[in-house]
Amino acid sequence: MTVAIPLSIREALDALSNTPDARLIQGGTDMMVEINFNHLKPHNMIALRRVQELRTWTKNADNTLTIGSGVPYQEMETGELKQLVPALAEAARTVGSPQIRAAGTLGGNLGTCSPAGDGLPVLFALDAIVHLQSADASRKLSIHDFMVGVKRNARNANEIITGVTVPLLDGWQGYAKVGVRNAMVISVASACLAIDKPTRSVRIALGAVGPTIIRCRDAEVWLSEQIDISASTAIDAAVAKEFGRRVALESKPIDDHRSTAEYRRHAVGVLAQRLITRASSS
Amino acid sequence: MSTVKQDVRARDILGASALRPDGVAKVTGSFSFSSDMWAENMLWGATLRSPHPYARIISIDTTPALLISGVSAVLTAKDVPGKATYGLISADQPVFASEFVRYMGEPVAVVAADHPETCRRALAAIIVNYEVLTPIVDPELAMLATTEQIHPDGNLIRHQHIKHGDPHATGDITVEGNYTIGMQDQAFLGLEAAMAFPDSGGNGVELHIATQWLHEDRGQIAACLALPEDNVRLVLGGVGGAFGAREDISLQVHCCLLALRTGKPIKMQYSREESFFGHVHRHPAKIWMKHHANKDGKIVKIESRMVFDGGAYTSTSPAVLINGITHTQGPYQCDNAVVDGYAVRTNNPPCGAMRGFGVVQACFAHESQMDLLAEACGLSAVDIRLKNAMRTGDKLVTGQIVESVAPVERCIRETDAIPMPDSMANDADVLEFPGGSGRTADRHNIVRGVGWGVSIKNLMYSEGFDDYATARCTLSNGVASLKFATSEVGQGFVTLAPQIARSVLGVDDVVLETSDTQIGSAGSTSASRQTWMSGGAVDGACRLVRERLFEHVGKQHNIDPIRLMVENTDVIDTVGTFRISVADATQGITLSETFEHHHRKTEDLDENGQGNCHVAFAFVAHRAVVDVDIELGLVKVVQIATAQDVGRVLNPLSAIGQLEGGIAQGLGLAVMEEIIMDNGKVKNPSFTDYLLPTALDAPRVVAVMIEEPEPQAPLGAKGIGEPPCISVTPAIVAAIRAATGKALLRVPVRPQDICL
Ligand SMILES: Cc1cc2nc3c(=O)[nH]c(=O)nc-3n(C[C@H](O)[C@H](O)[C@H](O)COP(=O)(O)OP(=O)(O)OC[C@H]3O[C@@H](n4cnc5c(N)ncnc54)[C@H](O)[C@@H]3O)c2cc1C
Repeated sequence: MTVAIPLSIREALDALSNTPDARLIQGGTDMMVEINFNHLKPHNMIALRRVQELRTWTKNADNTLTIGSGVPYQEMETGELKQLVPALAEAARTVGSPQIRAAGTLGGNLGTCSPAGDGLPVLFALDAIVHLQSADASRKLSIHDFMVGVKRNARNANEIITGVTVPLLDGWQGYAKVGVRNAMVISVASACLAIDKPTRSVRIALGAVGPTIIRCRDAEVWLSEQIDISASTAIDAAVAKEFGRRVALESKPIDDHRSTAEYRRHAVGVLAQRLITRASSS
Repeated sequence: MSTVKQDVRARDILGASALRPDGVAKVTGSFSFSSDMWAENMLWGATLRSPHPYARIISIDTTPALLISGVSAVLTAKDVPGKATYGLISADQPVFASEFVRYMGEPVAVVAADHPETCRRALAAIIVNYEVLTPIVDPELAMLATTEQIHPDGNLIRHQHIKHGDPHATGDITVEGNYTIGMQDQAFLGLEAAMAFPDSGGNGVELHIATQWLHEDRGQIAACLALPEDNVRLVLGGVGGAFGAREDISLQVHCCLLALRTGKPIKMQYSREESFFGHVHRHPAKIWMKHHANKDGKIVKIESRMVFDGGAYTSTSPAVLINGITHTQGPYQCDNAVVDGYAVRTNNPPCGAMRGFGVVQACFAHESQMDLLAEACGLSAVDIRLKNAMRTGDKLVTGQIVESVAPVERCIRETDAIPMPDSMANDADVLEFPGGSGRTADRHNIVRGVGWGVSIKNLMYSEGFDDYATARCTLSNGVASLKFATSEVGQGFVTLAPQIARSVLGVDDVVLETSDTQIGSAGSTSASRQTWMSGGAVDGACRLVRERLFEHVGKQHNIDPIRLMVENTDVIDTVGTFRISVADATQGITLSETFEHHHRKTEDLDENGQGNCHVAFAFVAHRAVVDVDIELGLVKVVQIATAQDVGRVLNPLSAIGQLEGGIAQGLGLAVMEEIIMDNGKVKNPSFTDYLLPTALDAPRVVAVMIEEPEPQAPLGAKGIGEPPCISVTPAIVAAIRAATGKALLRVPVRPQDICL
């Protein structure tokens, strides 16, 4: 096995051109599990950890934020990133253990594209743009087009995910995740809710209750017809409850060894109800 | 976590919080676990396992594996020179499956090769033709005579009936319930690992192994290898936890077979996934229980039917079953009982020993029943238990009189006296809420509940078994060295044994010799028994040496040895002024004695389940305070208050460690730990999906040690390893019931059981 250790995106792309079958590794917190289980036997690897460009984030002039694919969760949990994208900070805090959060990244979460990936519902709620770059081209893809199924995405084999861009919304946002223990657990059901007052939009995205992350467009529309999201008045409990019910209807959960479809559907309804209540009481 | 006040005693004698000699090495990562062993020229061994819970083996073709370069041996059932089967109680488990595989993960072949990757390829190259059969996974079905018997020994591993007192007695009220206990795993952190060195002539083997009982392993291995026991030497490897999962043979025979076949050292180690298939689990059980009581809450009679799913092979099922049914009444008085227990063979994974050994299952049922009874009589959880509390001299449903110290009432009262935790602070950290880092709950979603559990647990082995322990003490030049075959699995005997020697002999320097089979058996590190049994053996050996020391000093200084005693580090004349340090007194001499400690004899049960089958008992009370998010069914255990009957605290730090660890394990069974089965297939053989409590799940433990020295116990100390994990499970479930009003008849309690 060869391991390339590029120091720049350019070097990484060159390495990828030279060894097109190479697997990219960032924090390795998904990849090494696959390798240890013998599910994956890469002949060539490209370790992105020393590519500084991927480990930075920038506030853009158009009131958006671009986060490099190699920024570890640990950095999102606190500090300025937490101020800018609170839902992402909450999602990051739910990932694994301190060790995993020191290594794991959004690039890896996107690369794996598990419906239980905790970064993804946030990216769906914020309508994130995924940046992909190959040796001779770069493109931007909406997150909604990027994730295409269970652990499947639209990345081409010759592309590196360099980062994601999310809008800096004006309004409450939060993330909640149900697992069967109080930390370090794979999501059984999760939800991210984000409000943007200027556009009077509420967005809610669900994790682990379908083959991809699910944006509950019908419930969003319904809610924006019921209340003025830009106003800071407490939401009527019955409306919050009905919102939860409608969100649950849009989920497509399954039974597996982690939980039941029935519980997952119930749980996302409760989470939606609670998140909108938190939003309106903040 | 608790903090233990460090007792500033000058010496690490009994009663001091002596530190583990291997503690720093374990924390800093330099401790050598079994999986860290390595030898020049060694080969790796690996196991081919059945993917099916039940199938007939039509053929096995190993030639493609043998053709792979780097592969030295591929062994199957026909390569076992001795006994084809092994087992702790009944030798019904094949070294390799030959005709049938009876559970998913059953070993079919092993390979030896130059690299783990070569092993993996060799395993993949072995062609096994299976005729897949429909597994029998329901014990109720399996035990019917009309059902296909999946093993020549039949599907019913053991049935035991108990009839005690008047089987027709009735009271004013009855309460009954059907309880289900899921399959818990011991989930030790140090995976199965061993290294076998063949003797040069090929007539013997030395196995370095992480095990709970060297001598029992040796007997089983020697029989399968067709070697005299003396030619099979076992040395204890570094053990990373056990909890019962290292009582049965796993890779021992395979590793030795490969070493003898190849003439090279063989290293074997399981992966985490393989470990779930490589050892027994806690028996899942279904228990029906009915209590008859008077209006005032006094128990009149208990009826119960317990069905333990033993999985494909016997392991310790017969003993686990007996432990379960003989503890039906819990720590309460009960004059009349009718109980039937069944241990049944199925195509599920074999189940056997795990901390609590059958009593965990019975306790979940009897404690749930006590709460039903309390409700029916209008009594509190505490009062119903006090009203029925067992005392020394009371009888078990086996007719056995409980001669042990039995401070049940004190356990309950002292637990009750522990202050309740403060109610949730306004600025409480959301991480402390149910749901933890998932931030699912808001304050107003959370309801607090309180629940109780009290238990009785037998100590040592039962039913006529003489599980003695052996130790040798050698004293020379002021240094004591101790030799025993006791397995240190984390419980702390390596800390305790030197404390004993220091207390008895007045030495400070104590050397522990290698634990191996070059001395008599120590019995198993299980059944809460090593402090009592191996502790008794070390104490006995040290006392014999002390007698020899007194004789020696007496002769040298013309004093009647009977007048001598040890004070601190000196031998002194109790009626004179003579004093000599033990170090000086032992210059140039070597005193050595070996001692076997036997507990008192026990008996078999008769056909009515009557007989003095147990040695001794320990008791504990647990009170759980939980916060529940009722709508999502998520739980946070806030506090466990406990008062445990420990006899005597020999090392406060070790003792609290046992209590906190056991409580975490019992919490696991209450709310998250379960091997999930689907028609004989294990669905979650990994720590991703077999969930163990994390620091955010672990409760605050407030513990009181009840010290009433046990006259039967050599050091006055009872075994304390198992009780902490037994009644904490029903206490937590009772607290969830109190918060939610749900019946919750099954553990682990799942979120959907609470909120749907
Ligand atoms: C103990 C443990 C707990 C965990 N808990 C959680 C959890 O709670 N929530 C959660 O969401 N996840 C969890 N995970 C999974 C994992 O940590 C996350 O998915 C993480 O985001 C992966 O990031 P990484 O950088 O480590 O990815 P890697 O393992 O390095 O890569 C993952 C995949 O992405 C690809 N990839 C990585 N970077 C790029 C890139 N720049 N361009 C293109 N492809 C790329 C890789 O080729 C690979 O296929 C856990 C993992 C472990 C081991």
